[in-house]
Amino acid sequence: MKKLILSLLAAMSFVSVASAAEGVAWDRFPTERVTDLAALQRGAKTFVNYCMGCHSASYMRFNRMQDIGLTDEEIKTNLIFTGVKVGDLMKIAMDPKDAKSWFGAVPPDLTLIARARGGEGKGSGADYLYTYLRTFYRDDTRPTGWNNLAFPNVGMPNVLWQLQGQQRAVFAEEKDAEEGGRPVEVFKHFEPVSKGTLTKAEYNDTVADLVAYLQWMGEPVQDTRVRLGVWVMLFLGVFTVIAWRLNAAFWKDIK
Amino acid sequence: MAEFKELPAGAPVTQQVTTWLENRFPTAFEAYRVHMSEYYAPKNFNVWYFFGSLAMLVLVMQIVTGIFLVMHYKPDAAQAFASVEYIMRDVPWGWLIRYMHSTGASAFFIVVYLHMFRGMIYGSYKKPRELVWIFGCAIFLCLMAEAFMGYLLPWGQMSYWGAQVIINLFSAIPFVGPDLSLLIRGDYVVGDATLNRFFSFHVIAVPLVLLGLVVAHLLALHDVGSNNPDGIEIKARKDPKTGIPLDGIPFHPYYTVHDIMGVSVFLMIFSAVMFFAPTGGGYFLETNNFIPADSLKTPLHIAPVWYFTPFYSMLRAVTDDMVNVLCVVVGAAGVLGYLMAGLRGLWRWVPLVAAVVIGLLLKTFDAKFWGVVVMGLAVMILFVLPWLDRSPVKSIRYRPGWNKILFGLFVINFFVLGYLGMQPPTVVGTIIAQTGTLFYFGFFLLMPWWSRIGEFKLVPDRVTFHAH
Repeated sequence: MKKLILSLLAAMSFVSVASAAEGVAWDRFPTERVTDLAALQRGAKTFVNYCMGCHSASYMRFNRMQDIGLTDEEIKTNLIFTGVKVGDLMKIAMDPKDAKSWFGAVPPDLTLIARARGGEGKGSGADYLYTYLRTFYRDDTRPTGWNNLAFPNVGMPNVLWQLQGQQRAVFAEEKDAEEGGRPVEVFKHFEPVSKGTLTKAEYNDTVADLVAYLQWMGEPVQDTRVRLGVWVMLFLGVFTVIAWRLNAAFWKDIK
Repeated sequence: MAEFKELPAGAPVTQQVTTWLENRFPTAFEAYRVHMSEYYAPKNFNVWYFFGSLAMLVLVMQIVTGIFLVMHYKPDAAQAFASVEYIMRDVPWGWLIRYMHSTGASAFFIVVYLHMFRGMIYGSYKKPRELVWIFGCAIFLCLMAEAFMGYLLPWGQMSYWGAQVIINLFSAIPFVGPDLSLLIRGDYVVGDATLNRFFSFHVIAVPLVLLGLVVAHLLALHDVGSNNPDGIEIKARKDPKTGIPLDGIPFHPYYTVHDIMGVSVFLMIFSAVMFFAPTGGGYFLETNNFIPADSLKTPLHIAPVWYFTPFYSMLRAVTDDMVNVLCVVVGAAGVLGYLMAGLRGLWRWVPLVAAVVIGLLLKTFDAKFWGVVVMGLAVMILFVLPWLDRSPVKSIRYRPGWNKILFGLFVINFFVLGYLGMQPPTVVGTIIAQTGTLFYFGFFLLMPWWSRIGEFKLVPDRVTFHAH
């Protein structure tokens, strides 16, 4: 019996190998930032400044950012550039048709991006975004001049390049056992081409804040949900004890 | 009609009110006695017997949360996805209602699978409870339809492509297939028409049938009485004076307080998932479903939600090679029937002729069609379970010891099939799924044979019960 289970498990682990393709392994996003209001506010700033040129967040209202400690006044003066109302959805003006002809694909709406990515055993959506935004490199074979390790041949250029600086990726040919010994290009390391306005540590920090914001925006209620959950569990814990004793009180007559 | 009761003057007000009501609506009072206070259930129920009442709890929860969701949801291909996000963000407590409903869908299947398995191990489908079981199987079918159509409504990528794949299966049916799938979709691709009709079915048609079946399931159960872990008919031993089964206790209050305890523990587990991991690790809410449906972008890997995957796995297992294997199996069954069934005269040839006909059909139509047939049969075969089981005893407690191993393997096999159904197909995976499919059907189809053999233990007269 045990042997059978083991051999079945072994056979199944064989099955899942194929799905780990496409792109490099993902780095771990520092999850504690999602509850750090200052980090979320910095992330929101980066988001409206750098992302919202092309990406909408059309299920999200500006004034929801009250949840991360901003007032309507602060949102209006610092985060809204188009004169829309603070209770409006975070839509953009770019025509999807133009976007398609410029980038080859319409830039996706980012409201739920952190929830939509992830899985396949490589990490969470936040892990993916944290890796993706840090692994752009110069590639002259691409129409935008940019390529990405986490999303090979992506249509998006590195919009954060002035912060990060430019880098080149160094690949080496290696024989891959899984591919039957055929040589494959394996990423080795990045080489800086030009300096950005931020140091590497500062840049990682900025990206982490941005990803924290994206993660929060995917489900603004996530923190409330967990905190409410604790109370519900405590209540049910007490209720279970009462229900258990009530049951015992009735059942003591049954012999 | 019950007799009109007169109360003496000066009776307490509560008694006056109940008597007034009982005189005008005796049916309700009779129903309370028949189904609650004088419904005698065996006193030896164990933990497996919680899942029936839990299934009812989840059903009510799905209906109530569903009512609130419909107040804000828009069954329109252009608005559906955004309206779900509107519920998650802008509707006060909408996120809680939505998560209750989405977690409830998975919980429903977990509870119902456990409830069905309880029926299998304690032989609850056996005489005289065949109809209780059949109503239950019909409920399970409805539940599958309900879940499938409900999953389209959020209008995410997985909703869309999952529906596309499953509806396309119907087009594999010979002759009527393409028209049938067109009828289901209401369009040539899954679209607004599909969303609207699925919405209609999900919120009214199927729930009505489901509720009717649940009533039938319970009425039939209360007519014949509940089975129990010992598989003993408690009605066979009654108190000569009162006529109450010796091992029976009134459902209310004993099993109501008992079920409250079960409900409480269930809600703890349910809440833990709903509050701390509402996506269920990507199994209850799939990551791809956070992307709006896009008819031009097929996801790399499309898999149904976890509760369908054991059956989906069996569907995919039917390849051309598998059809050949099935031909051999059918042929062997035909020869065996010819030699061993003990039929006389011309009837003797029936198994052989049937085998040849089935074999020819198997080779005539596409393997994809047979995959659909196998998936359908995997569910339908449950309906005839009461007649497949020829064991002289009901409960696994008094069956030969190796039956436990067999049921254990059945469960493991079901899990393995479920796992494989989530994964992209591979060579090894397909072979395992094919073996698993043969095992699943072998378990049921050979049951008339294996359920009779081995050494059965003596069933006691009274149930096994240890006071708490």
